[in-house]
Amino acid sequence: MRALRVNRSAVERRAATIPTRRTVKKEWQAAWLLRAITCIDLTTLQGDDTTGNVLRLCAKARRPVRHDLIEALGAADLGIKVGAVCVYHAFVSAAVKALEGSGIPVAAVSTGFPAGLNPLPQRVDEIRASVAAGAREIDVVITRAYALTGDWEALYDEIRAFRDACGQAHMKVILGTGDLATLGNVARASQVAMMAGADFIKTSTGKEPLNATLPVGVVMTRQIRDYAERTGHTVGFKPAGGIRKAKQALDWLILIKEELGDRWLRNDLFRLGASALLTDIERQLEHFVTGRYSAAHRHPMV
Amino acid sequence: MTTVSEIFKTMAYGPAPESDKPALEWLERHGRAFGVFVGGRWTKGKNGDAFDVINPATTAPLARVTQAGQADVDAAVAAARKALPAWSALPGHARARHLYALARAVQKHARLLAVLESLDNGKSIRETRDLDIPLVARHFYHHAGWAQLAQSEFAGYGPVGVVGQIVPWNFPLLMVAWKVAPALAAGNTVVLKPAEFTPLTALCLAELAHEAGLPAGVLNVVTGDGRTGELIVNHRDVDKIAFTGSTEVGRIIRKATAGSGKKLSLELGGKSPFIVFDDADLDSVVEGVVDAIWFNQGQVCCAGSRLLVHEGMADRLVAKLRARMEKLRVGPSLDKAIDMGAIVAPVQLERIRTLVSRGVEEGATLWQPSWACPTDGYFYPPTLFTNVSPAATIAQVEIFGPVLVTMTFRTPAEAVELANNTPYGLAASVWTENVNLALDVAPKIKAGVVWINCTNLFDAASGFGGYRESGFGREGGKEGMWEYLQQTRNAARGTRNKRRAPVPRSDFRVPRSNQVPPIDRTYKLFIGGAQVRPDQGYSRKILAPSGTLLGEVADGNRKDIRNAVEAAHAAAAWAHTSGHARGQILYYIAENLAVRAAEFAGLVGAMAGQGEASVREEVEAAVARLFSYAAWADKYDGAVHQTPIRGVTLAMNEPIGVMGIACPDEHPLLGLVSLVAPAVAVGNTVIVVPSETQPLAATELYTVLEASDVPAGVINIITGAKDALAKVLAEHDDVDAVWYFGNQAAGAEVERASAGNMKRTWVEWDPRDWMESEGREFLRQATQVKNIWIPYGE
Repeated sequence: MRALRVNRSAVERRAATIPTRRTVKKEWQAAWLLRAITCIDLTTLQGDDTTGNVLRLCAKARRPVRHDLIEALGAADLGIKVGAVCVYHAFVSAAVKALEGSGIPVAAVSTGFPAGLNPLPQRVDEIRASVAAGAREIDVVITRAYALTGDWEALYDEIRAFRDACGQAHMKVILGTGDLATLGNVARASQVAMMAGADFIKTSTGKEPLNATLPVGVVMTRQIRDYAERTGHTVGFKPAGGIRKAKQALDWLILIKEELGDRWLRNDLFRLGASALLTDIERQLEHFVTGRYSAAHRHPMV
Repeated sequence: MTTVSEIFKTMAYGPAPESDKPALEWLERHGRAFGVFVGGRWTKGKNGDAFDVINPATTAPLARVTQAGQADVDAAVAAARKALPAWSALPGHARARHLYALARAVQKHARLLAVLESLDNGKSIRETRDLDIPLVARHFYHHAGWAQLAQSEFAGYGPVGVVGQIVPWNFPLLMVAWKVAPALAAGNTVVLKPAEFTPLTALCLAELAHEAGLPAGVLNVVTGDGRTGELIVNHRDVDKIAFTGSTEVGRIIRKATAGSGKKLSLELGGKSPFIVFDDADLDSVVEGVVDAIWFNQGQVCCAGSRLLVHEGMADRLVAKLRARMEKLRVGPSLDKAIDMGAIVAPVQLERIRTLVSRGVEEGATLWQPSWACPTDGYFYPPTLFTNVSPAATIAQVEIFGPVLVTMTFRTPAEAVELANNTPYGLAASVWTENVNLALDVAPKIKAGVVWINCTNLFDAASGFGGYRESGFGREGGKEGMWEYLQQTRNAARGTRNKRRAPVPRSDFRVPRSNQVPPIDRTYKLFIGGAQVRPDQGYSRKILAPSGTLLGEVADGNRKDIRNAVEAAHAAAAWAHTSGHARGQILYYIAENLAVRAAEFAGLVGAMAGQGEASVREEVEAAVARLFSYAAWADKYDGAVHQTPIRGVTLAMNEPIGVMGIACPDEHPLLGLVSLVAPAVAVGNTVIVVPSETQPLAATELYTVLEASDVPAGVINIITGAKDALAKVLAEHDDVDAVWYFGNQAAGAEVERASAGNMKRTWVEWDPRDWMESEGREFLRQATQVKNIWIPYGE
């Protein structure tokens, strides 16, 4: 684990040139943005969340783009909907009910989100409770201290415990990369999470000072690639936090296509943790359809 | 028509073209035909010859351009000469304003230049937009700064005069900026010839510069092929030639300018190593390779074209590289989503194909990605060779295309050996996460630029240029400015303390007396720290001007030179001796010389036919000079350049290596000390050819050197026919530099002969004031700057 090398300057250079080496325009951009929508974990994780705004989120998840735009794009038969709805445990039941029949899974953030420092039994119980309430995906947070102090065995054991508690539910392991200090730590934590059974590795809670950045994405996707080459297991990737613009979503898709390949461009292996992003994508889609720049208020709010 | 729905399923990339409209409109405004830009205006070519410039990505003609002939070049040089007095007399601040305006003009028209460059060269719009053109502006900004600071930072120095500049087609406008910006900053005027394949952006820049208010004649652009270049190189009224291009042409230019007095800087070819140690971040290495050899279609003089990888991880790296190559995209140069565009011209494409076939014939394993290149332009796919030995043609010659050869090494020492196993020495890239290893290896590689965990980074603040047959001179940074400057007191040189060398004579007289005769003194050669007999047992008589026989010295020949060069190489550890230790030895030489000052004054006086008292000053000056370079030995520091990376760019003053020094006749002791002391102070080992007619101070110096702990082989002295021995040194391919102070004809011979391995030369035939000849000028001549880029950050 400690022998894992990441050269920050070189990674940053790669990250900086991914968006300059590739771009998609016109039909390609529209199609890619629709793909981005299907990969969104539409999320609300606020202290002032209520059942009301969670239900609104669920309704938007089912119909993420105005129907006239979908028609104009010739995409009606694609059944565009978001990848999942992501909420705190308290709203899992309400969301599951609201999404019944849509095929959209509910994801719950868990294990003492966002700091992850509650007693381990409580964190494990929290997972079980969310799974029992109908969450099919669990976003767990790691104890960053284990990564910062290099206690990789402890980190492994912790994630194993989460894995067992998740049962059939998909486990996304949030590394809290903004807290991990170095890209080397990000790489090591990624490897440990995958070894311990993560279905996805995820960058951030959205609550750290630094969220999903492309350099972090480069490092994590390279670990996923490496893990797949070594073991044959494909693990998914989820950047989250600070992704608000359609352009950012395209950059992430390009990064995935370049570093991991087309297989990862589907929502079983790629998710974008976001909420405001969807509105910006809708505006860009409307621009593609009409040729005129759009406004946020023309699209049903998230 | 591809539908949104289909793309949603395939997630393929689509076309993303940059518009060529504004660039084509600019061409149309000129009627798609260009004259030369001379004296601030467009002029029709005098002989009416012209040729087509082609877009290599489509093979469509872009414009018709003048093949400038003698009359055009004459007019351009005359315009530059006419503009020179006023331009060079401008205060630095005024020239700074002009260069600043040029930088702004480039930025204001950045996209036009980027698109035009991409059309003309075939390189991707991403590169011209993100790298070429921003760097062009950066160079003008940076050198606006040098113009501003010239009076204080280069006090005592002024412009060289009219500069002829010949640039290649791989970075057409960037190379123009690298050449023009420092030349103008220093107060020179320019006659520029862009490459015949890619002249359009240079022409556009000339127009922009004129619109930005640059005085007429300061920047003249003539177009044409090598014939036009030849006219510039051979033009009698050009004071300096700056050339970037192949080593082959560089050699021709070196020979052509020999003995002309033209200052020369050459940035030539390379076969740069890209070294990967076993603790490197391999995924980052892969991207590094992409930036090294698949940047600009591999048409980069400093391209990392030899991948040297630790044997234990070669298979893993090659597998990763192949996977990466599958994802590279080759396409029309104006597509914003490609990695590689077109090869510049059919002749270059053919060269690549020929060399690749040669590689296959010689048994190397070829690998290319499964996808196919477009066929409507001059495209070539990224190519990887494995199972390559150093003996393979593709491992030795510069391919100048997207072709990488891979070799393996076992140890860091072997990596360095492989890296240096080339006549070139332009750049190197070293990948390791171990700072000890990186900083150990970087100084050992013979290259002007070493990139640690990065590659192909350029900046105006950092000098760029080669070792060995990759040329000499630097572009960028303070070290680059010297190429366009000369001492303003040159004209006054030789007016004070001028002493003529006595005229040699053939008749001689042996002093006879009835006293007890002096004991015979036999002067041998000084090689490898020992006094050795010459290869052939001949001696030369040394006479005083009066004809009195003063003694006989060994008549050294080419085999003696050969032996001395070997001894000098064997003393290579001198370069790694600390400055403190080198300084101590120089002080010790001074001490031992001072003890025998009267004796040396007597010798020098006798050879010059003057009394001891009149030459005592020269001996004292020699002692003081040794002190000066003893002082410099631990003080000639490099620099940390302010390049735009998170990291440091270290400009290290490195010794050139083994140097031949042919000393002036007019000051047989002081001249020798003035040249040898700076050379050895910075770590070179030297073969000294003393004054032919007055060598006795040098031969007597053997015992001083022996008494002063000078390591064997650091200073070797060969007496004999100076000009002939200097030529042998200049022809020797294992000598890295030759200094010659003597007559013009022999100086020309030295310069001409130096083309064999493109060794650096310093040749002077105008008399010089040796009492005043000391300091940084000599240290600069004795060193070459290596820039080591070290990005950091965990």
